[in-house]
Amino acid sequence: MEGVNVDNPQSAGIGRVRAWRRFREKAIETFFLANGLFAVLVLLAIFSMLFTEGWPALKRVPFGEWVMSTEWDPTSPVRESYGILALIVSTLMVSIGALILAVPLGIACAAYIADVAPARVREIVKPVIEILAGIPSVVVGFFGLVVLGPLLAKAFHAGNGLNGVNGSILLAVMALPTIMSVSEDAIVSVPQELKNASLALGATRWQTLMRVTLPAALSGIVASVMLGMGRAIGETMTVLMACGNAPAMPHSFLDPVRTMTATIAIELGETVQGSTHFHSLFVIAFFLFLMTFAVNLVSDIILQRVRKRMGGA
Amino acid sequence: MSARTRKWQEKLGFGILIAATAFVILVLIVILHDIFSKGAGVLSWEFITSKPRKGMTEGGIWPAIVGTFWVSLVTVVFTVPAGLFAAIYLNEYAAQNRLVRVIRLAIRNLSGVPSIVYGLFGFTLFIMILRINLSVLAGGLTLGLLTLPWTITASEEALKTVPMSYREGALALGATKWQTIRTNVLPYAVPGMLTGTILGLARAAGETAPILFTGAAFFWPLLPSFPKVLTSQFMALPYHLFIMATQHHAIVKVRPIAYGTAAVLIGLILIMNAAAVYIRYRFRKKYKRL
Repeated sequence: MEGVNVDNPQSAGIGRVRAWRRFREKAIETFFLANGLFAVLVLLAIFSMLFTEGWPALKRVPFGEWVMSTEWDPTSPVRESYGILALIVSTLMVSIGALILAVPLGIACAAYIADVAPARVREIVKPVIEILAGIPSVVVGFFGLVVLGPLLAKAFHAGNGLNGVNGSILLAVMALPTIMSVSEDAIVSVPQELKNASLALGATRWQTLMRVTLPAALSGIVASVMLGMGRAIGETMTVLMACGNAPAMPHSFLDPVRTMTATIAIELGETVQGSTHFHSLFVIAFFLFLMTFAVNLVSDIILQRVRKRMGGA
Repeated sequence: MSARTRKWQEKLGFGILIAATAFVILVLIVILHDIFSKGAGVLSWEFITSKPRKGMTEGGIWPAIVGTFWVSLVTVVFTVPAGLFAAIYLNEYAAQNRLVRVIRLAIRNLSGVPSIVYGLFGFTLFIMILRINLSVLAGGLTLGLLTLPWTITASEEALKTVPMSYREGALALGATKWQTIRTNVLPYAVPGMLTGTILGLARAAGETAPILFTGAAFFWPLLPSFPKVLTSQFMALPYHLFIMATQHHAIVKVRPIAYGTAAVLIGLILIMNAAAVYIRYRFRKKYKRL
């Protein structure tokens, strides 16, 4: 058995095999690490691409005009204007409208599935609602265009029904699965001891849910709302098809609105590459990126903290 | 509060939760029912297997199905290895240090980047800088970047389900780390990865914004055969639906075709999701026996 003892320093051949083995192991690990770093690279590349492609437009148009002016008319023959305030407000308006609808529904669903439903019902309801997440945004937009639009037009006498309300309802549908599943995780991970203590003191299951479980899961629920918000802000096809796309400051939810994402989608194909208009679309994307990045980062920080606390408990 | 009012309060509260859940399911049913009932009118073998005719006012959607297939294939070929390798690093090698935290942060943030921004990125990188044509390749790679964070997460979940003892067994017998991963970890993670891949593919197949500027064409009825197809523009189901719903010159006339396209797209995605769920179910049962 001496020959196969790899710790035998006398055996030069085996020493070489070990060195080769160690080298190969290190090389393989480095290869996998490189693939992990690729994600960082892509994120940095996206950020720097948006900045460098947006820079020529940022340089030409005074910064105040971008964020203070509500006039977006880059192709005007008289005076081109690059105010994206109306687009930002429209984006926030439909997203917040979506949250007003989706947050109560999403949390109620999450609470039902996590805390109330019997296991058999849960096993069915959960995957069924997950189907909602699988419906492509273009199909949701199509539904808004041909079904919800005419319905809203009749109900509110609002033109063709392609407006902020329509977008908000559709975005609520798109944000619901995110809010629901992240909230559900948060509710499930509330320690059973907390609930037991409440039940033992004579509280009903409902009182326990409202006064113990949901408050304990609050930070996770807030994170889910932020994630849903990020999803709504970044959604493109749905709002492009169902919001009416008028690039002006909206005065009510019944006005047709045009979001940042829709503006990029509509105008990139129509611009001359290299023009200020072309570069200005990257500026919009840059602001969009910053908004979703901030929202996601906040939810991320909250979720990390929750995980640490639950892990420590 | 008396015990009786509290009992009533609980019934009412739970009733509201049930109503909310039922409402969400109802919304899902209304959408699916509308698409499938109105799409069923045009759905036929001919609709699926023939080309659009007469300025896309008649005929089928075969080129859009084929286009979606090729783009998805490019997406998978790129994203599955890249995602798996990154996941292997994170789950098998990574220590808890700052570098790993940065990688994880990047992955989570990538999954929140809007799809239209991926579209712009793909356009800038592949079309403007690398000078690839508007093509299946450019569109597929853009979708590949979009799906990368999902694939990494799904692969990592799959690797996590492999019990620690499998690794310890191999390591105790003197296997190197890589030998352990290759023989005792990866084979058991395959079903989980397959599930994640199919789910990612289903999402990629429905995405429109990333392919708007990277190769999707209004009308491109003839795709060349294999290597040439990569450099050709293409039709895709979601883009075709978008065109038929908003950009066509006879929107009302082609509405049934738009419904048919939507039905085929959702049908395809539901089938893929069902396959993924089935594989996961089989996998779980198998693990219980082990």
